[in-house]
Amino acid sequence: MSENGNIIELAGIYKAFGSQQVLKGINLGIPRGQTTVIIGRSGGGKSVMLKHMIGLIKPDQGQVLVDGGDIVRMSDHQLNEVRRRFGMLFQEAALFDSMTVVDNVAFPLREHTNLSEKQVREKVSEKLAMVGLPGVEHKMPSELSGGMRKRVGLARAIALEPEIILYDEPTTGLDPPLSAAINRLIADTQKKLGVTSVVISHDIEGAYQVGQNIAMLYQGKIIAQGTPDEIRDSPDEVVQQFIHGRAEGPIEVI
Amino acid sequence: MGMLRPMEYVGGKFLRWLDEAGELLLLFLQSALWLIRPPFRFRLLMKQMEFVGIGSLGVTILTGAFTGGVFALQSYHGFSLFGAESLVGSTVALALTRELGPVLTSLMVTGRAGSAMAAEVGTMRVTEQIDALYVMAVNPVQYLVVPRILASVAMLPVLTIIADFVGIVGAYVVGVGLLGINHGIFISKIIEYMDFSDISMGLVKAAFFGLILSLVGCFKGFYTSGGAEGVGRATTRAVVLGSVLILASDYVLTAIMF
Repeated sequence: MSENGNIIELAGIYKAFGSQQVLKGINLGIPRGQTTVIIGRSGGGKSVMLKHMIGLIKPDQGQVLVDGGDIVRMSDHQLNEVRRRFGMLFQEAALFDSMTVVDNVAFPLREHTNLSEKQVREKVSEKLAMVGLPGVEHKMPSELSGGMRKRVGLARAIALEPEIILYDEPTTGLDPPLSAAINRLIADTQKKLGVTSVVISHDIEGAYQVGQNIAMLYQGKIIAQGTPDEIRDSPDEVVQQFIHGRAEGPIEVI
Repeated sequence: MGMLRPMEYVGGKFLRWLDEAGELLLLFLQSALWLIRPPFRFRLLMKQMEFVGIGSLGVTILTGAFTGGVFALQSYHGFSLFGAESLVGSTVALALTRELGPVLTSLMVTGRAGSAMAAEVGTMRVTEQIDALYVMAVNPVQYLVVPRILASVAMLPVLTIIADFVGIVGAYVVGVGLLGINHGIFISKIIEYMDFSDISMGLVKAAFFGLILSLVGCFKGFYTSGGAEGVGRATTRAVVLGSVLILASDYVLTAIMF
């Protein structure tokens, strides 16, 4: 747990939805203060795994340890205390569409701090500047492009200066320059705030850029974990096929 | 095996129905629990009261007026056969305050606000906004469901009493204005035959129907899955289930109260 430098530890996680077994014994440690990228096929359970880390989905079997505490068996109150150490960027940003950008980013601040309205505004402006989006404060989410929404989502995720940030497919569906910009933002956020990040991706180039640590999920299990170089040189056929984007190999594509 | 199929079908349906009833009850209990836990979200409550109450005013007035009017017209035809036209006012007033006011108002609000609740909460579910609330350590039952239930329970009686009043005015316009019933008799028969309890029991019903329509709307929204199509399905089912439960519970409540 925490003594080996892992802030999050998934131990023996099994999860099925109906008759479909999605996770089949996940064992994975997330090192503290680093960015871990989880790669794997679309629809392969990466998001499901990520959602286990923050208690949005409970496993059928296994433990989710955050700093040694098993969040699966926590009360709502304890779980909420743990969740306040997290920030999460959702796949489609999950901004509250009835609120302006300011109110979205200010939401966690208003819920969990006693800051004055003036201080809240300052924090919001600071976070929006960090994600490179000054001056959109009074827009509604529906008026923003997909990339802008993700950046607002990130500003909201870092509003409370969390220790751990979870990114659910931050670059999926974005054009290459925007993907690169988001990847740089993830790397910058990690450097500036010294946080632990977990990034779900199937963009292998992006994984090399932002990750100090890469894990591959395949058929419900973690089949490889290591530094980008270790993954690049992995002898595993499945890993090689995935990172080189080949249609032929052990992964059944169709 | 072939013999068992219909049993299996009925049994399966029944189990799913039981499952759903259990989930609905669970959401109700959670809401009751979160109702008494701080923080109290006054602004969200006000917003919902405006949406449910002010927003449904127009449709409530129209429903009340036309129901009262047509009821006066129909009962006049019946009563005039044996010369009891003087009873039109009190008949309409009693029917409105005891039954038609609360039931029709609640059905209209189910169509207008219960469906909107299912659509709104359902959209928040499929776009992960509900997950975002959990992640930000805010309980969505407290944030989304409790204000909607409270607002509906508070506003339905208000809307109902407006519908009652407008309905009686509608009956007056038709009965006295168009059909020529004597003004004094119309009014005095209402006062003679109607008790305060007729109104108050109707309002108790309305509050209960408010609970049903908001709980069902939020419930269907909360457990939405399957994208835009799922939201559409949730909305339809919220209206159907809400309306059926209102009509069914109306019978039970009437049997108990009157």
